Amino acid sequence: MMADATAYVPTAEDFEFLEGRDITTDKNFASMSYWKGVAIHFLRNRRAMAGLVIVGAIVVLAIFGPILSPYGYRDIVSYVDEAGKEVVAKGISPQLGLGGDGPFADKMFLFGTDALGRDLWTRTWQGARVSLLIAFVTIFIDMIIGMSYGLISGYFGGAVDNIMQRIVEIANSIPRLVIVSVLAIFMPKGIGLVIVALLLTEWIGMSKIARAEMLRIKEQEYVLASRTLGAHSMHIIFTQILPNTIGPIITQMMFSIPTAIFTEAFLSFVGVGIMLPQCSIGSLIESGFNNITTLPYQILAPIVVLALQMLGFNFIGDGFREALAPKLEDM
Amino acid sequence: MEMNEKAILQFVDLDISFRTNAGVVHAIRGVNLDLQKGETVAIVGESGSGKSVTVKAAVGLLDGNATINSGQILYRLREDDGSERVVDLLALSKRELRRTINGRRIAMVFQDPMTSLDPTMTIGKQIMEGILLHKKVDKATAYARALELLELVGITHAEKRMKNYPHQLSGGMRQRVVIAIALASDPDILICDEPTTALDVTIQARILELIKDIQSRMGLSVIYITHDLGVVAKVADYVNVMYAGRIIEVGNVNEIFYEPKHPYTWGLLAAMPDLETDDDRLASIPGSPPNLLHEPVGDAFAPRNAYALKIDEKAEPPMFKVSETHYAATWLLHPSAPAVEMPPELKARLERARKEAEKYL
Amino acid sequence: MSKYILKRIGLALLTLFLIIFMLFVLVRIMPGNPFPSERMSAEQIANKRAEMGLDDPILVQFGRYLVGLAHGDFGKGTSLYYGAPIKTVLGQCIKNSFKIGGIAILMGTAVGLLLGITAALNKGTFIDGFCTVFSILGVCVPGYVFLIFLQYFLSYKVQLFPYFFDTSRFLYSSVLPATSLSLFTMSTVARFTRNEMVEVMDSDYVHLAESKGMYGSTLVLRHILRNALIPIVTVLAPLVVDLLTGALVIEKIYGINGIGKLMVDAIAGEGVDYNYVLALGILYSALYIGIMLAVDILYGVLDPRIRVATHRGEGREG
Repeated sequence: MMADATAYVPTAEDFEFLEGRDITTDKNFASMSYWKGVAIHFLRNRRAMAGLVIVGAIVVLAIFGPILSPYGYRDIVSYVDEAGKEVVAKGISPQLGLGGDGPFADKMFLFGTDALGRDLWTRTWQGARVSLLIAFVTIFIDMIIGMSYGLISGYFGGAVDNIMQRIVEIANSIPRLVIVSVLAIFMPKGIGLVIVALLLTEWIGMSKIARAEMLRIKEQEYVLASRTLGAHSMHIIFTQILPNTIGPIITQMMFSIPTAIFTEAFLSFVGVGIMLPQCSIGSLIESGFNNITTLPYQILAPIVVLALQMLGFNFIGDGFREALAPKLEDM
Repeated sequence: MEMNEKAILQFVDLDISFRTNAGVVHAIRGVNLDLQKGETVAIVGESGSGKSVTVKAAVGLLDGNATINSGQILYRLREDDGSERVVDLLALSKRELRRTINGRRIAMVFQDPMTSLDPTMTIGKQIMEGILLHKKVDKATAYARALELLELVGITHAEKRMKNYPHQLSGGMRQRVVIAIALASDPDILICDEPTTALDVTIQARILELIKDIQSRMGLSVIYITHDLGVVAKVADYVNVMYAGRIIEVGNVNEIFYEPKHPYTWGLLAAMPDLETDDDRLASIPGSPPNLLHEPVGDAFAPRNAYALKIDEKAEPPMFKVSETHYAATWLLHPSAPAVEMPPELKARLERARKEAEKYL
Repeated sequence: MSKYILKRIGLALLTLFLIIFMLFVLVRIMPGNPFPSERMSAEQIANKRAEMGLDDPILVQFGRYLVGLAHGDFGKGTSLYYGAPIKTVLGQCIKNSFKIGGIAILMGTAVGLLLGITAALNKGTFIDGFCTVFSILGVCVPGYVFLIFLQYFLSYKVQLFPYFFDTSRFLYSSVLPATSLSLFTMSTVARFTRNEMVEVMDSDYVHLAESKGMYGSTLVLRHILRNALIPIVTVLAPLVVDLLTGALVIEKIYGINGIGKLMVDAIAGEGVDYNYVLALGILYSALYIGIMLAVDILYGVLDPRIRVATHRGEGREG
C-alpha cells in the first residue's frame, strides 16, 4: 500500500517543527460575512451579471434617451417648405441620417418615425421610462404593504393570523382581470388604473414570503432570547426579523417587477392603460400592431425592449435566489 | 486484472474531481482501500473528506459533474456456476453496472431514511421491485420473500406494513425497510452511508445490531461510512481514516483506537465525547478541512496540525508502514523525524478505554 | 379523503359566494349611473331604475340577482349588445373561448412536458440548452406578440392562415391563436418539468432505486416521472388563469368572439358595461376557484401523503 515515492528528497532541516503559526483561527472561512458571501456568489453568476447589464443599459437609456434626443416624445417632426407648406416626417423607416434623397435624409431616426411623424427612438425610451417607473413605484409600495401585512400576521399568530390569512385567501381567489374590470368602473382609464391594479394584487406574494420567514425566524433561539430579555414586539421585528427577511423579499421583487411591466403592457394594449399622447411600452406595441401592415418596423423596438426588460429582471431574480440559497454543487 | 487475493472489493488509486461553477474540485486524490470477504471496513472522516464519493463511485451514483481521472475499483464477481472473475466497476457501462452489480452484488443503505424511500410507492412494492428485477420469480414468490425480509429486519405486522407508504412509518422503521430493500436480492457487499446519523441514539444502536446480525447470518462484507468513531468501535474490523480526499491512516480497529499514529486521528479520538475525562472542555481539531478547489501543497492537514514539520509544507507524506495491517501518512513516521508521542491526556484516555474493554473479554 | 374533498368544495363555494357578493355591491354602489345619460332624459332614467329594481335595498337586489343566477340569468347589458340577454351572448363566447383555450392548454402541457422530460434526461446537452432558451423566450415575450408576428408573416405575407378568426373554419383558424396562447404554458411547463425532474433524479430515493439495479425507462416511469409530475399539477392552475388573461389580447387581435374580447369590450369601450363586468367577473372568479379546487383534489389523489392523511398515525416504532 506504499504510495509512490515522492520526487522530493527530504533534507535534515525539513524535519524540524514549524514554529510561530496560529492554527486556531480558521482561514478557510475567514471572516466572510453572510452578505459578502451572497454578493460574491451573485457576482460570479454570469446570467445574473448579464441581467444586471441589460437592466442597467435600459435604465440608462430610459433616463437619458428622451433627454438627449433632439425631439420631444410628443413632438411631430416637420418643417415648412418654400411653398409655406408643412412637411411631416410620417412613417420614416429606421435611418442613420447620413444624407441622400428626401427632405429628412439628414435626420437620424434610429427606430424610425410613426404614422404621425413622431420619433420612435424618443418614444420607445419614454415608454420604457413610464413602464419602469410604474413597476418600481408599485412594487416598492407593494413590498411595504406586503411585508407589513405578512410580518404582522406571522408575528402575532393565533386568531390575528387566522383572520388575516382568510382575507389573503379570498383576495387571492379573485383573478387580476376581475379586479381590473371592477376598477375600470370606478376609475378613469390611464396610468392610475394600472398602478392601483398592481397595488391590489402584487402585495399578496410578498406578504406570504414575509409571513413564512417570520414564522421560521420567530422560533429561533436568538429571537426567543431577546423576547425573554423583555424586548418589545416592534423592536424585535425591526432589529431581528427585518434584516433576515430582506433577502427573499428582494428576490420576490425582482420577479414582481417583470410581472408589473407585463401587466402594464397588457392593460395598455387592451386599452385601459396608458392613454395617448402619453406612451408606454404597452401602448407603443399597440400602435405598432395597429400599423403593422403599413409600418411593420414600428412594433420591433418596443417588443425588444419589453423582452429585454423581462429577461434582465428574471436573470437578476434567479441570481438572487441562487446566491441566497446556494446549492452545494455550485459552491 | 491483478487483485489482492483475499479481497472482494478493492479501490486502486481512485482519483475523482468535480466541475463546479467555482472551478474544479479535486475531491478524491488517490484512494486505496481493500474490503475482504465477510469483514467490515469503516471509512471515517469529517464531512467533505470524500468518504461518500469514494463508495458512490463503486455503485455508479456519482453526480453528473464528476470526472474519474484515474484508478480502478476491482470486484471479485462470483458467477452462479461458482467461477470467479475480477471486474473493474469503473469500466462497466451504467447499464451493465445496474444489471449485474447494483442490488444483486452490492447494495447500499443511505443516510437519511426520511428521504431515501419513494414517497409515492408502497414499501411492499419497493422491496418486491428489487427481487423481481434480479431473480426470475413470480409476483407471489416475490411477495412472500418481501414479507420474510420485513420480518428479518424486525418489522412487526409485516403484512399490514407492505401496504403502507413511507410517510406512515417512523424514521427507525423506514431505515429497517431500506435495509430490507438492500437485502432483497442477496448481495455480497452492503455499503452503509452514515446509516444511523439521522436517527435517535436509542434507535441507532438497534439498527447497528440489526446490520451486524444480518451480516453474520448472510455472510455479507460491509463498508461503513461514518464520522462517528463510536459507531466504528462497535462494528468495524478495519478502519480507514480519510482526510481531504486521501486515506491518511488505516489499520485494524485496535490499532486505530489504541495506537493511532496520525495527528489527525489523535484529534478525532480526542474529540470523542467521554464521560470519564477530567478535562471538561470538549476537545476539537482547530480550523476546518481544506477547500479542494485549490490543490493542497504538501500535507493537506498541516495547517491544522500542531505537530507539523517543515517538510509538511513541501511534500505530501507517503504511507509509512507501522505494522502489517497498520499504515499512516504522516512525516512524523519518517526515520529522521523527531519523536512525537500523542498528547498525554489522549494516551491516558485510550489506556483507560483499553483496560475497560479487556474487562469484557 | 372524501371528507377532505367535501371540505375543499365547501370552502370554494363559500369563497365564491363572498366574491359574488363583493362584486355585486361594488358594481351597484358605483357613483354615477349605468345608462348613457345623453341619450335619456332624467325621467326615463328614473323609470328605468325603478323597472330594474335599482332603488330597492341592496340586499334585496342581491337576493334577486342570486335567484336569477341560479337560473343562469345574468340580466341584460347596459350598453353592450343592447337588449340581448347576457346569457345568450355569453353562451356563444364561452364556446369559442373554451375550445381555443382547451386546445392551447392541451398543446402547451403536452409539448411542455415532452420538452422538459427530454431536456432533463439529456441534461447538459444541446437539447437541454434549447429547452432553456425556449422557456426563457416564452416567459419573456408575451403570447400576443407571437400572434402579431405569426399573423403578419403567415397570414398577411404568405396567406397560409386566415387573417381573422372564422367560425366556419374553426380548426383551421384556431391554429395561430391556440399556438400563441399555448406558448407561455408550454415554456413554463417545460422549465418546471425539467427542473423538477433533475431534482428528483438527484434525490435519495432515486439513488436507492438505482442502487437496487433499476435503470432506463423503468426507473424513469416508476420512480422519477410520478414524483416529478405531482408538483407540476400545482403550476398548471395559475397557468390556466394566465391563459385566461392572455386570451383577452389574443381574442382582440384575432377577432375571436370569446369571453376575453367581451371583457375588453365591456371595460375598454366608451362606457363600461356594469352588468357585463359583473357577469364576467363572476364567471372568471368561478373558473379560477374551480380550477384551484380541481388542482387541490387532483393533488390529493396523486400524492399518497395527502391521500392517506386522514387515516394515518397507526402504531409507530419507537
